[in-house]
Amino acid sequence: MLNVKNLIKDFGKLRIINSAGFKVKEDEIVSLVGPNGAGKTTLVNLISGHILPTSGEIEFFGHDITFASPYRRIEMGIARNFQITNLFENSTVLDNVRICLFSIYGKIKRGLLPASHYGKITQEAVDILDLFGIVSKKDLLPPSLSEGDKKILDTAMAFALKSKFLLLDEPTSGVATGDKFKVMDTIVSAIKREKMACMIIEHDMDIVSDYSDRVLVLTEGAIIADGKPKEVMEQDNVKEILFGVRV
Amino acid sequence: MENWIIYILNGLYFASFLFLTALGLSIILGVMGILNLAHGSLFAIGAFMAAWIIGALGVHAPVSIFILALFAALILSGLMGLVLETSLIRPMYERALEYQLLITFGALLLIEDLIKMTWGGTAYYASKPFEMMGILSIGDNQYPLYFLFAMLITVVAGIGIWLIMAKTRVGIMLRAISMDREMAKAMGIRTGRLNTLAFGMGAALAGLAGALVVPTTPALLGIGMEPLIIAFIVIVIGGLGSLKGALVGSLIVGETRSIGIVLFPEIELPLLFLVAVIILVFKPKGLFGR
Amino acid sequence: MRFIGQFLRPKSFVYLGIFIVLLFMPKVLPIYQLMLFESGLTFAIMSLGFNLLLRYTGLLSFGHGALFATGAYAVGMMGRYFPELYRIEILIPVALLVSLIVSALFGFICVRHTRIFFSILALALSMVLFALLVKLYDITGGSDGLHIDLPSMFGKSFEGMRRPEFLSGAYYYFLLCTFAVSTIIMLGIVNSPFGKALQSIRDNEVRAEMIGIRVRRYRWYAFVLSGLFTGLGGALWSFVNGHITPEVAEWVFSGEIVYMTLLGGFMVLEGPIIGAILFTYLKLYAVSITQYWMFIIGATLIILVLLLPEGITGGFVRLFSRIKKSEATGAA
Repeated sequence: MLNVKNLIKDFGKLRIINSAGFKVKEDEIVSLVGPNGAGKTTLVNLISGHILPTSGEIEFFGHDITFASPYRRIEMGIARNFQITNLFENSTVLDNVRICLFSIYGKIKRGLLPASHYGKITQEAVDILDLFGIVSKKDLLPPSLSEGDKKILDTAMAFALKSKFLLLDEPTSGVATGDKFKVMDTIVSAIKREKMACMIIEHDMDIVSDYSDRVLVLTEGAIIADGKPKEVMEQDNVKEILFGVRV
Repeated sequence: MENWIIYILNGLYFASFLFLTALGLSIILGVMGILNLAHGSLFAIGAFMAAWIIGALGVHAPVSIFILALFAALILSGLMGLVLETSLIRPMYERALEYQLLITFGALLLIEDLIKMTWGGTAYYASKPFEMMGILSIGDNQYPLYFLFAMLITVVAGIGIWLIMAKTRVGIMLRAISMDREMAKAMGIRTGRLNTLAFGMGAALAGLAGALVVPTTPALLGIGMEPLIIAFIVIVIGGLGSLKGALVGSLIVGETRSIGIVLFPEIELPLLFLVAVIILVFKPKGLFGR
Repeated sequence: MRFIGQFLRPKSFVYLGIFIVLLFMPKVLPIYQLMLFESGLTFAIMSLGFNLLLRYTGLLSFGHGALFATGAYAVGMMGRYFPELYRIEILIPVALLVSLIVSALFGFICVRHTRIFFSILALALSMVLFALLVKLYDITGGSDGLHIDLPSMFGKSFEGMRRPEFLSGAYYYFLLCTFAVSTIIMLGIVNSPFGKALQSIRDNEVRAEMIGIRVRRYRWYAFVLSGLFTGLGGALWSFVNGHITPEVAEWVFSGEIVYMTLLGGFMVLEGPIIGAILFTYLKLYAVSITQYWMFIIGATLIILVLLLPEGITGGFVRLFSRIKKSEATGAA
């Protein structure tokens, strides 16, 4: 489904992404790991269209989206959340999700009837909130949510865009350790239910090994490992990078 | 042919006080991130002050009186700027940018009527310096020496600002703030005081520009509105945060205006705007914008 | 069904009551007071449009006077060049059409920039329009402006009638109904998916883009809608005033538009309406006691921004919630 070939991104003289290449199959969950500054967020930005590459190719369902605008990529089914939660602070939790649904259903231009009139969409928004466990907070405003709940809402919004490929940038950072697995359970089961593919940037290796089908290890802009979690984490070079273990 | 030389030289005259105004606006915008809607009113204060001094004292006005008037205008506007910044703008730092715009707009309204209260509603003519300086003949045409004087003052002021910005500690700090406010604060630069200074500088430049213009244009209520808009157009054309941009922008606008007056009289402002819009279509960040 | 449902709330009955009371105004108010009130109503329609941009899209325009002038001049020019079509059922749609075109153009230029630049660009554009209105004497009447005759309304001619009589009769009801309809439409817009999209753009441009909302385009839509309401206000006002001059396109009036919206409070839909009507009376009073009108609005604007940024309605809302809170804790 997603095919990244020889992707290079330079910022001036600095090569942030160095000839990265990998594939993601439909309904695969891939984790992207690597030390800080390796370029993980940049890679996600390149796929979502936030930045454009210096060279290389990105193919999505056979289409070349290397230089496509973010809108185009959303239309084609790529959605993302943000590392720093990026919500609509003055709209209710329900509205935050509902707006995504309006957008994806093409109803966003409807200007006369009130939003509450759109019963089906409103119900779907409630269902999604329920799926992510925050339906009780649907009438609250984001500033009054906990960090973890904000992250969940952020992810729920990306989920609501009904994409085929979800890019999640550290979906459990800021969430209390005890809740991390609960959050991941929620997210992953929702994703698997909708048969979405997903790429998750994660630092917690337990989460990575429990939830991913595959792992990509990114170091200094290059992918040095690509495979099942158990296999990858046994590799010497990976152990060295991630755990600082000299073998 | 010679006519065109005159028109170009006229354009340089327009460009002079435009440059000063735009420079002031740009400094405030760059250092504080505020678009000072009261800038035109500060220009007007300078104009009225200078016109009044010239009218009151300058019956046999040697050039020195005019220089005095320029300084007085500069200082008055600068002071007004300091007052504005400390009393009104500082409480607004934490608020959304729109509130800052609203407050400078409120200041604009206030100052316009303050001018009316102080100097009344009549026009102040101050053409003595213009007449006194005489005429330079270029071929068959005559070019007022006053225009050259104005350009000289502008160049002096411009070099002065450049020296401050490039060579003094204060200037370097100001530039640091305009490049990255957070970084500057983190490095211990006292942004509060420097903001006030920047605003005062910008205001003083506007006042100087206003004072420079009165020998050719009487000081009238509302005289500052057009300079505000045109200075803004200059910054937009030249690009935010660029001294070179302000210079080039004012030259373009000055010349367009001068030629516009000849070819399309009566619609200079729309014409200027058209030029600006065209430039923006091709270069949305202005010619030298960052 | 749910659409009707939202109108069966207590608030709606209050407003219905107010509307019915307003129907009797011509019988109650002396004619000059009524005309003042009518001005207020036209400003209210204009402010609704202005606030669509400010509160719901996050854009502060200092040039809305130009859009108001557009509507008014559309009427005036129809009167001058197409007197045979001088019927209100034609004039209003024409004014709306002209406002549509002008705001589409203005909006296109303004929304491509950041919010601060937007504000001053709007101001600049309005000054350009002002300059054109003044200079093109042959078409627009220059600084003398245009006279606005009484239109015929739905077949009934009012030729020969004096303006105050016209304004206290059929025109008042027409204006009141237009005002009510405009308010209802605006209410619909801000609560609709489109309105929610605008609010999301206001709150978080980046995120809005990332969920597929084309920010620039939607800002443009909002600007055009805003211009329609404002132009409508201008057209309706022209009949009340009887005359249209370029002054309304100038920055002073644009500033007054900002002021009246802030005065009433921009956070709730009713705020600008209250602010507009209040402003008409305030201005009349202030201008009669001093010539320093700009000082007064400048000073009060500053006070509003510093102390009561959400305007009068905002103050009430806060007071109301404080009362509610103390009741709740009192009961507990």
